[in-house]
Amino acid sequence: MNIVVLVKQVPDSGSERKLDPADNTVARASADNVINEMDEYAIEEALLVRDREGGEVTVLTVGPDSATDAIRKALSMGADKAVHVVDDAIHGSCAVQTSGVIAAALQQLEYDLVLCGAEATDAQLSVMPALVAERLNIPQLSGARKLTVEGGMAKIERQTDGGYWAVEAPLPAIVSTWDTINEPRYPSFKGIMAAKKKPVETKTLADLGLDAGSVGLANATSKVLDFAGRPPKGEGVKVVDEGDGAQKFVDFLASQKIV
Amino acid sequence: MSTWDTDERTALRASVRRFAEAEIVPNLGAWEAAGALPLELHRKAARAGLLGVGFPESAGGQGGTPIDTWVIAEELIQAGGSSGLVAALFTHGIGLPHLIEAGDPALIEKVAKPVLAGERIVSLAVTEPDGGSDVAGLTTRAVRDGDEYVVTGAKLYITSATRADFFTVAVRTGGDGAGGISLLLLERGMPGLTVSAPLQKMGWLCSDTAELTSDGVRVPVGNLIGTENEGFYAIMGQFAAERLSLAVQAYATAQRCLDLTLAWVRERKTFGRPLSSRQVVQHRVAEMARQTDVARTYTRAVIDDWQAGEDVFRQVAMAKNTAVAACDFVVDNAVQLFGGMGYMRETEVERHYRDSRILGIGGGTNEIMTEIVAKLLLA
Repeated sequence: MNIVVLVKQVPDSGSERKLDPADNTVARASADNVINEMDEYAIEEALLVRDREGGEVTVLTVGPDSATDAIRKALSMGADKAVHVVDDAIHGSCAVQTSGVIAAALQQLEYDLVLCGAEATDAQLSVMPALVAERLNIPQLSGARKLTVEGGMAKIERQTDGGYWAVEAPLPAIVSTWDTINEPRYPSFKGIMAAKKKPVETKTLADLGLDAGSVGLANATSKVLDFAGRPPKGEGVKVVDEGDGAQKFVDFLASQKIV
Repeated sequence: MSTWDTDERTALRASVRRFAEAEIVPNLGAWEAAGALPLELHRKAARAGLLGVGFPESAGGQGGTPIDTWVIAEELIQAGGSSGLVAALFTHGIGLPHLIEAGDPALIEKVAKPVLAGERIVSLAVTEPDGGSDVAGLTTRAVRDGDEYVVTGAKLYITSATRADFFTVAVRTGGDGAGGISLLLLERGMPGLTVSAPLQKMGWLCSDTAELTSDGVRVPVGNLIGTENEGFYAIMGQFAAERLSLAVQAYATAQRCLDLTLAWVRERKTFGRPLSSRQVVQHRVAEMARQTDVARTYTRAVIDDWQAGEDVFRQVAMAKNTAVAACDFVVDNAVQLFGGMGYMRETEVERHYRDSRILGIGGGTNEIMTEIVAKLLLA
């Protein structure tokens, strides 16, 4: 079974994240960049499926040179090889354009199953599995909290607010995963050392047969026009207890529609 | 970039920190109260690939060098673990090397592999009630009788002994002095082998320590580790690693206490101002940082030279004393700057204060280290 995991490098959600005022794109150069947290669950699930079914796990990422750190992390967890699409023209691409790049890269790979995180912590659009599925004309199973692969079918429990849906689709298919699906492993010392020697293939737009005009900020289907920082925190409300503190407190919560 | 922060070691640190934060920090208080680590932690550390680092893959290890093992020790302590935790979880760091170096496939299969898989625990038993640092003078006797040795004697301050399945024990098989010492593998359950109740200690509370008594214990000759009567040299060969390991624990503990203290003095207000606004406090933390930095830089430099094959026996002794002195200074001042809070069991620096006191005693006391330096200088 050949499994491809889509991995994205994002600014660490635990640190300060900024947009670059020059072109309103994510400021990646100054950020503490890490592998998208949800993608670690997709990688772990890919490794579990591979260990059961055999085959190879390939990591696919689209991003600047620095995204090699995210690739190394995935390889040190146990993925077998990686493809890194890197091209300056991709900078500022929207999700629709990026899905075209990912789909083109996938078409040059053999895959039975594509896995990805259900969302990235930077843009949080959660549209990539649907976009890629549409472009490749394969089924998408989104938001999995459980995955089983058998008899040429992928079956998932699709997580919902109140429970789950049991959904299945024939392979090849794309499955996105939530953080309820497994517990990602720590890269072990051996895994870290082995990652150095695993093959990472770098591809440009030209290698994928794509025109630079199909991507990039200038041609994006959506753009960030303006942005503003979070307003500073207000003073807050002080409740003075004059024997009626509890009532005032509840009134406040009610006024905020908390209770 | 130094040998200590290559890309791979940076990634290793990240894995260790995540392991420490998830598996150790939330439970360390309970383990301190219980007086021991659960075997399950050994299994988890093995599964995370931490236990076998520094040991060859042929013996069930993960490969890597001593520097990799010390990157793990540094990060475990600096992420909220403790030197006591390192001592208890990595007791095999002193219990296994002789056995693996000796290379007997049967003993590697029986002992090294299950220990590095986190399923079994091995202790090192050298120190005796009348001995201390005088290894050449040890009195536990092993007398050959057919295919067995008959072992009689006592061993004291044996780390992880109440949990251990195996004991690498230094015994006297020959005449007096260094030339009559061998290493024997004793096993829990052998008739005549008893482990005392846990000894009550000042610190290292999560690390169990006990006395081991052998009264006519019959040990198959196949349990001889290495060559008969050459045990002293095998023990000596590990001295550098053990002392450097304690030096690493010392400067890592100092770094952790410095980090905790810097956060505390910024946050803690007295007389309407943060502690960090007082010059006395500023100078104190500056001195804590200086001593920590110097200890780490010197110890790491000695380790790098040692790894390069240089003779650094004297420098190892100096590194241990330098790091221990820095640690003593830093933990004492950390507790002082934390004030009443620093005296509370719930405060982390209080644990480090107690835990670090052993670092200048174990693996050769400060005085023994100084003696080594003096002898080599004046030789």
